[in-house]
Amino acid sequence: METTVLKESFIEKSNKKLGAKPEDARISLTYLSLAFILLLVGGTLGLIQGLNRAGLFELPAWLNYYQVLTAHGILLVVAFTTLFMTGYFYAGVSHTLGGLTSKARKFAWSALASLLVGTVMIMTTVVMGDASVMYTFYPPMQASPWFYIGLVFLALGIWLAGTGVFLNAASWKKANRGQKLPLFSFFAVGGYLLLILGSLGITAEVLMLIPWAFGWTETVNVMLSRTLFWAFGHTAVNVWYLVAVSAWYVAIPKIIGGKTFSDVLARVVVILSVILNVPGGFHHQIIDPAITQGVKFMHVFMSLSIALPSLLTAFAMFAIFERAGRKKGATGLLGWFKKLPWKDVRFLAPMIAMITFIPAGAGGIAQTNNQLNQTVHNSLWVVGHFHLTVGVTVALTFFGITYWLIPYLSKRVMTARLNKLGLIQTWLWAIGMLFMSGSMHWVGLLGSPRRTSFSTYGDNATALSWDPYLMFLGIGGTLLFIGVVLMVYIAFHLMFRAPKGHTEFPVAEEEKDAAPTPKWTERWGLWIVLAIAVISMGYVIPIVDMIVNAPPGSPGFRTW
Amino acid sequence: MKMHRSEEIWLIISVTVLVLSMVVTGYQTFALGMGPPSNTETIDPQKVDETAPFDEPGVYKVGDNEYEVVMTLQIFSFTPGDIEIPAGAEVTFTMTSKDVVHGFQIAGTNVNAMVMPGHIQKITQTFDEPGEYLILCNEYCGAGHQAMATTITVK
Repeated sequence: METTVLKESFIEKSNKKLGAKPEDARISLTYLSLAFILLLVGGTLGLIQGLNRAGLFELPAWLNYYQVLTAHGILLVVAFTTLFMTGYFYAGVSHTLGGLTSKARKFAWSALASLLVGTVMIMTTVVMGDASVMYTFYPPMQASPWFYIGLVFLALGIWLAGTGVFLNAASWKKANRGQKLPLFSFFAVGGYLLLILGSLGITAEVLMLIPWAFGWTETVNVMLSRTLFWAFGHTAVNVWYLVAVSAWYVAIPKIIGGKTFSDVLARVVVILSVILNVPGGFHHQIIDPAITQGVKFMHVFMSLSIALPSLLTAFAMFAIFERAGRKKGATGLLGWFKKLPWKDVRFLAPMIAMITFIPAGAGGIAQTNNQLNQTVHNSLWVVGHFHLTVGVTVALTFFGITYWLIPYLSKRVMTARLNKLGLIQTWLWAIGMLFMSGSMHWVGLLGSPRRTSFSTYGDNATALSWDPYLMFLGIGGTLLFIGVVLMVYIAFHLMFRAPKGHTEFPVAEEEKDAAPTPKWTERWGLWIVLAIAVISMGYVIPIVDMIVNAPPGSPGFRTW
Repeated sequence: MKMHRSEEIWLIISVTVLVLSMVVTGYQTFALGMGPPSNTETIDPQKVDETAPFDEPGVYKVGDNEYEVVMTLQIFSFTPGDIEIPAGAEVTFTMTSKDVVHGFQIAGTNVNAMVMPGHIQKITQTFDEPGEYLILCNEYCGAGHQAMATTITVK
């Protein structure tokens, strides 16, 4: 026991002295710089859409709204997030496991190559106008085959990045027999595992679409493709959310001067997320034909079960805040609230991210229930919803991480001026999103559709009544664009300009009297089996039905 | 794993809310017939024009103030368009797509259904309030998606 304590404090001390290993830091910094460059591109495209949708800006003839929207979606929902996740997880794995193994480093670099090849292929086809098919690319809309091949490279990149982390964790376990994997690395293993499980469906789909897009097969099964897509489409965003949650459990308690609430609870949240998540995608198909109401009802349960880990997290977070506040002398029921470091952007950004998840999560629960879903499906409400979940809860937590992760890697420190700029950025983001997402939710409830360029539908009175709300959408979008520019400036300033110095990688410690973490939490084989069982429960019946009772397939269409 | 008392209470309340929402959804679906559109009939997507009933799209009276609208969706229009029905009519829309995936939504009502090639979708609505309702496509279907709309007038 004593030797392990000694060993841990030795690693900690050497980490403190030396900071990140240069060859590990280079990996994460490369990933993070690319992530922020893509954020700038994707954010600019977002501004163009917001202004168009508000009726303020007519796109030039050479630029199509749907082309812009396809690029915006893929860049921000898939590329930015995957790059950030990998940069952040590799940095944390390196920090908590005492450096990356050389094998893991090789995996990280080859993953990057694959992700870049994929992104470039996809973006080239989109820019050339050969793939205005949106993030969901529902067949029988048919993009250039190279668009789908680009997606294969993205999936390959995800698997490579995940494998590197798995191998690194395994080699650490071998060298540290009997010790539990540090919580951060536990999150990294769980996050990649879930992303890989989620990517199986989309990989199968894309492998069916490639021969069809080349013209080697005549037709495609429309329902099957769409179902396989959503096994990924929704799981992916839940992985980004899990990445954000990792920072809430691991870093935030340390930043606010508190301790981990419960190591076991955090691990249970990861395990439940891995097991329960994949069938959740089905709630995107609640008003589809060819799926019976019985199956749809079963999926209400499957989707709602995903809320459980989030509800556990909500409790844990407030418990951490309250304990930290009371330790600083807070009294009364809510006195701890004032003791929180509101002027510290490393806290403020993820805190607003968490608070946002309260309405965002509630909206998600509402949308999962069949009849409520029907009233908002494919309306701007849904766009408002995922701009809260991904656009605030995930993105703002990622920004909050950036303020300490980049200086830790670049061996610099954040100045008070930069902290202030960060506070401005955070509030701009929150207010911009309040306008944009708020008006999207409201106008969506009135019936305004998503993924539609500005249209009055021939001066239809109902459609015209939506315009004032869409104006707020444009205002919010503009504030958010300023937020993106500020954030990208801050990220690169921290990378190249901030004063040299030492920044800590915040990892919260457990309470002194914390119960030991049981060994069963690391039975990954069992979690994979359970996840596959849940995926089978959700998908075997509908997918068999979609294949056996399939109508004649659809030929491809290019309708843009 | 030992849980804090207040955490147990929190989880019990949370799970109760989730279960209640499922009970309400299930009751509405299976007892009140309010479930989401889930028709399972199929059709050859390349032979829509030759297959009944879509060889003759239109508005058909099928009962006492009951109507069936047989409709095809294609880029970027609804056939038939500009529908007229009397107030209080119960209308069943029977739809399929001749090309890509479309969405069928009537603004201001709960009518909302995905319409896919190869599949026949059905949704029923009773129109009590007279007025002109906007029908629009709410699934991106191509360059003219924002123009894909028509109306249903309740007299």
